[in-house]
Amino acid sequence: MIADMLRVVRLGLKSLMVHKLRSSLTTAGILFGVASVIAMLAVGEGAGEETLKRFRDMGVTNVLIRSVKPEETQQTSSSSMTSILGYGLFYPEADRIQNLLPQSTVVRVREFQRGVMRGENWRSTVIVGTEVAFLPVTNMKVQEGRWLTELDMQKQANVCVLGASLGKILFPLENPVGQTVMVGIEDRFTVVGVLEYQGRAAGPNGTTLDECAFVPMSSSRRRFGDTIRNPSTNRWEAVELHEIKVKLPSPEEVEPGANVLRTMLQPVHGPKGDIEITVPLELLREQERQRQMFNLVLAIIASISLLVGGIGIMNVMLATVTERTREIGIRRALGAKKRHIVQQFLVEAGVLSALGGLVGVGLGMLVPQAITHFFKQNTIVEPYHVLLAFCISAAVGVVFGIYPAWRAANMDPVEALRHE
Amino acid sequence: MQQPTDRPVIAEFVDVHRHYVMGENVVRALDGVSMQVRKGDYLSIMGRSGSGKSTMLNILGCLDRPTAGRYHVGGRDVSQLDDNALSDVRGREIGFIFQSFNLIPQLTVLENLEVPLFYQGRVGRESREKAEHLAERVGLGGRLEHRPNELSGGQQQRVAIARALMNDPLFLLADEATGNLDTSTEKEILDLFDTLRPDGVTIVVVTHNPNVAARSDHTLWLKDGQVESWIDNRAAGGAQ
Ligand SMILES: Nc1ncnc2c1ncn2[C@@H]1O[C@H](COP(=O)(O)OP(=O)(O)OP(=O)(O)O)[C@@H](O)[C@H]1O
Ligand SMILES: [Mg+2]
Repeated sequence: MIADMLRVVRLGLKSLMVHKLRSSLTTAGILFGVASVIAMLAVGEGAGEETLKRFRDMGVTNVLIRSVKPEETQQTSSSSMTSILGYGLFYPEADRIQNLLPQSTVVRVREFQRGVMRGENWRSTVIVGTEVAFLPVTNMKVQEGRWLTELDMQKQANVCVLGASLGKILFPLENPVGQTVMVGIEDRFTVVGVLEYQGRAAGPNGTTLDECAFVPMSSSRRRFGDTIRNPSTNRWEAVELHEIKVKLPSPEEVEPGANVLRTMLQPVHGPKGDIEITVPLELLREQERQRQMFNLVLAIIASISLLVGGIGIMNVMLATVTERTREIGIRRALGAKKRHIVQQFLVEAGVLSALGGLVGVGLGMLVPQAITHFFKQNTIVEPYHVLLAFCISAAVGVVFGIYPAWRAANMDPVEALRHE
Repeated sequence: MQQPTDRPVIAEFVDVHRHYVMGENVVRALDGVSMQVRKGDYLSIMGRSGSGKSTMLNILGCLDRPTAGRYHVGGRDVSQLDDNALSDVRGREIGFIFQSFNLIPQLTVLENLEVPLFYQGRVGRESREKAEHLAERVGLGGRLEHRPNELSGGQQQRVAIARALMNDPLFLLADEATGNLDTSTEKEILDLFDTLRPDGVTIVVVTHNPNVAARSDHTLWLKDGQVESWIDNRAAGGAQ
């Protein structure tokens, strides 16, 4: 039985080999269909993965409110060279949020671009002034030493915790804990801890958490004040809080929580446009939706290309059947039943499209590698996508081979034998 | 009529009609033919063009069914069988030899020889040995791996004869088997037929060629779809 089937497949291959060029051209439709679908899925999967990770890194139960510089109007920009530009979140707003959402954890964040120096080693980075809850809200962990404490806050202590990468840069050889670093030109801070390496995507300030230094909120305020000279515009800006992170107790409460926050902040900041509310969960869901749309579009493209490929196969099989009318007559005379003829041509069509599918799979797996190599774009080839694509391509051949095979089988043997 | 013998009847027409309806007209391609083929017979069928030879051959070969009348193969009435069953009868009981050889071009000689057994699920070591034996017998022992287009016409027809013998058929059915061959090759093929006869092989040939017909034992003459005459070539010394 299996030997017979193998014989039929071998026979199919032989017959296809008679017209090598025609057979290869026929498979091109299936080939490129399968290849493009696998490649596109791999790219989509890879790109989506990066974005999803970025959103997940923000914390799925968090709502992030950031101060953003409002767009400058003509009037403000001309009058502003001397004045101080004030915008963004205010200190008391964090308390109001805490009151409105008593279940949530609210963390205030201030950020300063400063040079941090230890001996020969220097690095310009972001100094994050924040509170104790920053660690649980961002879901980070201490590697060495300790995190900031309430006592540090009260004492406005000159202590700092280093991100893992920053620790490595400033203290390539020693243990940083207990050492001092210079922040800016005049402030000495004692390192009390180093965080675990996170490898997360860079935040809105362009720096990853691994590269930041963390100091008590109170100390940052006392040391660096509320007014900052923006190095790019050379202007003084007053920002009380750069960010308020709100962690809600569960994902279900994120959406209502975000709505409460929007309602609360809208009257003050809406007209000014000086804050931005980010809800990672919403972004995640949006991303999911986009991915589903992408997959749907892909499925449509795949169907169309397979349809086109299938029609090509049907076309060639019809031509084959006509050309080989005599052969069909001979086989019928020698005892072939209709089902034998059907089987022969179905297998031939299946082999044809499976060959296309096979080469398509190969190409479809190479293309993502090339994309990763040349465009540094992450791609993921799912084995199950590959298998599916191959099986579907083989099935397409069989389905589109049905009609030609049926035509072949239903020829009158006498007529077929008379055919030139 | 045919001379009575004690050899068993293996194919029998009983008042066979084959009518083609062409619009208003009915063409009576066969119009009441009765005849018998006995085991070991060497029969030729002759007649003018349009007399019904091909029609008769198609029915003999179970490629076509009579409009009326009965056709028995090996004692079994096959005139009402469906396509599937007729395919089986062809595959088991009949060996076809065609004018234009009709080997399958993309297959080797060996594979061509195995085709009839393949459709009966009998391909294997045995079929290979049988193919080797028959190829030897028709004088093409060393050509099993060749393609048909690497062989001469006479050689191709030898392969076709071997193929027709693969299923140990009740009878061979040859349609102008030498029509595409020159006279000397024709003689070789007819000689080959003669060498098969001692084994009890039954041969029915359809031909236009009196020389071919003269090599057979009997000739059946058709005219307008009816049997015009039977001629015993041995008794008549080859005359008609
Ligand atoms: N498929 C068909 N449809 C209609 N008429 C047919 C068909 N096949 C044969 N005929 C008619 O039946 C008659 C017998 O035809 P047949 O082919 O059997 O003759 P033949 O003896 O084989 O002739 P030739 O020697 O020319 O091959 C002819 O009149 C022919 O026109
Ligand atoms: Mg004829």
